[in-house]
Amino acid sequence: MMLIQQIVNGVMLGSTYSLVAIGYTLVFGVLHLVHLAHGEVFMIGAFAGLQVVLLAGGGVAAAITAAAAVSAVLGVLVYLLAIKPIKARKGHFLAPMISTIGVGVVLEELATRAFGGEQVGFPVQMESYVWHLGAVTLTSVQLVILLVSLGLMFALHLFVTLTRVGMAMRATAESMMISHTLGIRSDRIIILTFAIASALAGVAGVLVGMSFNSISPYMGVDIGIKGLAAMLLGGLGNVYGAMLGGLVIGIVEVISVAYLSSSYRDAFAFFVIIAVLLLRPRGIFGTTDHVEG
Amino acid sequence: MTSAETPILQTRNLTRRFGGYSAVSNVDLAVRKGTIHAVIGPNGAGKTTLFNLISGVLPPTAGQIIIDGIDVSGARPDSIARRGVVRTFQGVRLFPSMTALENVEVGRFSRTRGGFLAALARVPGLATPTEATTRRRAEELLERVGLSAQRDMLASELALADQRRLEVARALAVDPKLLLLDEPVAGMNPVEVHEAGELYKSLLKDGITILITEHHMSLVMAISDRISVMNYGCKISEGPPDVVRRDPEVLTAYLRTEAAA
Amino acid sequence: MLDPYIESVLIFTGINVVLALSLYLPVSAGLLSLGQGGFMAIGAYTSGYLTAVAEWPFGIALFCGGLMAGLVGLIVGIPTLRIKGVYLIIMTMGFGEIVRVFFLNFEPTGAASGLGGIPTYTTLPVVWVVALLALFLCFQIDGSRIGRAIEAVREDELAAEVIGINLTRVKVSIFGLGAFVAGIGGSLFAHYATFIDPGQFSYARSAEIFMMVVLGGMGNFIGATAGAIVVTVLPELLRIGDAQQWRMTVFGALLVVIMIVRPWGLLGVRR
Repeated sequence: MMLIQQIVNGVMLGSTYSLVAIGYTLVFGVLHLVHLAHGEVFMIGAFAGLQVVLLAGGGVAAAITAAAAVSAVLGVLVYLLAIKPIKARKGHFLAPMISTIGVGVVLEELATRAFGGEQVGFPVQMESYVWHLGAVTLTSVQLVILLVSLGLMFALHLFVTLTRVGMAMRATAESMMISHTLGIRSDRIIILTFAIASALAGVAGVLVGMSFNSISPYMGVDIGIKGLAAMLLGGLGNVYGAMLGGLVIGIVEVISVAYLSSSYRDAFAFFVIIAVLLLRPRGIFGTTDHVEG
Repeated sequence: MTSAETPILQTRNLTRRFGGYSAVSNVDLAVRKGTIHAVIGPNGAGKTTLFNLISGVLPPTAGQIIIDGIDVSGARPDSIARRGVVRTFQGVRLFPSMTALENVEVGRFSRTRGGFLAALARVPGLATPTEATTRRRAEELLERVGLSAQRDMLASELALADQRRLEVARALAVDPKLLLLDEPVAGMNPVEVHEAGELYKSLLKDGITILITEHHMSLVMAISDRISVMNYGCKISEGPPDVVRRDPEVLTAYLRTEAAA
Repeated sequence: MLDPYIESVLIFTGINVVLALSLYLPVSAGLLSLGQGGFMAIGAYTSGYLTAVAEWPFGIALFCGGLMAGLVGLIVGIPTLRIKGVYLIIMTMGFGEIVRVFFLNFEPTGAASGLGGIPTYTTLPVVWVVALLALFLCFQIDGSRIGRAIEAVREDELAAEVIGINLTRVKVSIFGLGAFVAGIGGSLFAHYATFIDPGQFSYARSAEIFMMVVLGGMGNFIGATAGAIVVTVLPELLRIGDAQQWRMTVFGALLVVIMIVRPWGLLGVRR
């Protein structure tokens, strides 16, 4: 396969990682919290989409919408039940993050009880076309994935830059204290942030399902870590960095599989994490604010 | 300087920049052994950054830090401590869940030996010779700073003035040649300030040199042998207290800051 | 003789105590690791290979399992010196996954098919001797010079540094020691389960060990031990339906509740 094809495949895969990474980044931006159950929210979204396809015979659009809705609600519930009630105590500032570890375990276990621990097929109900653009071959599935993820990223960009609510989110991320004095209701902003972050992850879940034709309860951990890697690579708290980070990891993964060994594909993202943390902990675009003590 | 003796601490052209901003700019300092040397200046003058540089908490952008004739620029804080330069912090940094005694005992760490194997080999209830010495020394130091009664209290439970004394005791446990005191009497009442001053003067008799930064002018004037004045990252004046207090540059620096406030 | 079911519970409890203490050690220095599953895997596979394939005696294989895990721990530990809480957790997560993927592909130990035929050397007395040794280790460190330094590092790294404590040395060595103990735990596990595959050492395993320590209380090794005992024994005591199936779900939820209500854990001290 030509390199350009690999890169296109990588961008397609990576864009789904970007959607997940954006979610991590949004939550980190607004709460300084690494949401370790975010991967599981992504996974539940995928299963929600699957149910719509299997039970209601829905198409791609229905699956994506259902996934976004279910994940958004789930994400907000996670915030309200497992994060918000935790009081900020001296010496226990990692308590919210530890709580999300518990949530992640619960969600993965529940999914395993409900759907079994194995991979489950994800049928794609849509017309299958193939386009040839020079050296590049693109299937309709790939095109949909690309358009949906890139479209959502662009929509998010417009949202945070142009709308009042979006700017309120950015303000809250900068400083919760200051945005309070400006009259911004931070709790509402946080809930909105979780909703958006989780919805994006849910959509990504369906896209990944379409891409690989299968999903499993374990994909939350798997892609969760890749999303984390993308966030770290791009710089903690930087949404555009997360987008870029996801694409880079996707491309690196596809190229490594093509030119090195396919069995170690998952490990490459993990190596990225470790390399970033060792060489440039703040990531490509991040600041040193949060990193070192 | 009339004596040919090496200063215990020297800085040459010491500079620290943060991006385009120079917090400390070409500062030359020489602290003589057996003296109390103060660094004063308005807020933002760079005193704390200077302390961070000397103690190794921050690496210098340029310039040198020389301890007892040896260049230690860029060394890590623990290395500087082992060379005999120990600091305290403006906002006291004790180990809150450890008792006063334990806080001082852990100060003996770099002067003692014994790792995991030694830990495995110890007999519970029976102190090894090193541990016994450590304990004794810690008790002596608590006595020295007047905290014997508080030895088994948690560091977090102590009053501020006691916490500051404990921090000094812990620093003394490292057998320092030079003690860096970073605004050690902030928040103390006049009685406590006076007692602190007496303690610092008494440390000179033990052969310890002191470099102190403070806003409390009367204390500084009362106990210092030499004062360096900083403003905007540079040293603007230096000399014995009587000279410095009359220096027009110093007065302008403080007044200008007050006028601007 | 002891009822085989009860014996099995006691053996697993002992192994979990060892694993919990293996995490307690780095946690006591402020290093939160979500990668003990990886060190457990290294110990399990190393010792399992040595006994099953190379036919070495158990004692030596057990020790080698720990040693190998400890060595990897030292190597992984060196970069931990700069990395703060959150980042360390993510990095150890990544490490755990790398180990899992490695063994998934490593042919000499069966790759995805796993390693079988491991002799059943792990008996109740063996487990509890090892567990007691691990407890003894933690107890001895606690009241010692090095234990004080570790506590200082946990409480305030900067203050510890300025009084002459070398952070790298302390953190790397305690992290390596924790890895060694986890490797021993993995070796015990391998020689009881007789068959191991990479799936048994996944993130879920690291999360479970993490939960034991957090639940019991991160501040002292008794807490970690209690956490291990509770997590292993409680589902057996409450034999409601298929308790084993739901244990992780319940404990995950319990972790959330504990963080809300009592973040210092069941046996921890509120500070």
